[in-house]
Amino acid sequence: MNRIVVGAHYGLKDWLVQRVTAVVMALYTLLMIVAVPTAAGGYDGWRALMSHGLIRFASFVFIVCLCYHAWVGVRDIWMDYVKPTAVRLILHALTLLALVGYAGWATQIIWRL
Amino acid sequence: MTEIIKRRPKYLNLVEIKLPLAGFASILHRVSGIGLFLMLPLLIWLLQLSLASAESFETLSAVVAHPLVKLILLGLLWAFLHHFCMGIRILLIDVQIGVEKEQARASAKAVLAVSLALTAVLGLKLLGAY
Repeated sequence: MNRIVVGAHYGLKDWLVQRVTAVVMALYTLLMIVAVPTAAGGYDGWRALMSHGLIRFASFVFIVCLCYHAWVGVRDIWMDYVKPTAVRLILHALTLLALVGYAGWATQIIWRL
Repeated sequence: MTEIIKRRPKYLNLVEIKLPLAGFASILHRVSGIGLFLMLPLLIWLLQLSLASAESFETLSAVVAHPLVKLILLGLLWAFLHHFCMGIRILLIDVQIGVEKEQARASAKAVLAVSLALTAVLGLKLLGAY
């Protein structure tokens, strides 16, 4: 058998993570479709909605799921189309760093409300 | 039999192969995904403008009123809707719903149609048509 050792383990786990995070994000989308029309109009209503405890909790979970989901998806794309190891490694690292930064940035926006 | 297996192409030439409809919807899943990923900074920035202060909320209105931003948001709206619908199709196929060729083809067609139709409906709202 010609198995690549470094490729072991992360196949099934990432497949599952991609599904779980997708379902969470879909549920968040439905939550917001229901919640946003109930909010008062303008800045105050929008801010009140987003600073509500439940919405803030859900938004944080959404942000984490989005970044994890994007990591798995974008990494798959690099693995499929970018063959030189060095370029692929750099792209993987940049993707990961960007997503960690985005997660922090987006969380800070909703958490300081 | 062995001979047939041996003559299989070892890679897919994207220029030469003809994608079936489900493959087309599938590649658009990738395109929409990478598009959403690349535009994440813009989306987070817009979220920040919407929440930071009453003044930045006004800035958001001005930013979104810009034709180029509207065009990008229209593209992202389609990307989200296609990714969402295609995601549901993938989850259903995972639990063995719609696996047969005819059903899978029909659901791929439905994903393309529904996401485009919703983009049109919500996009006209974005562009201020109603």
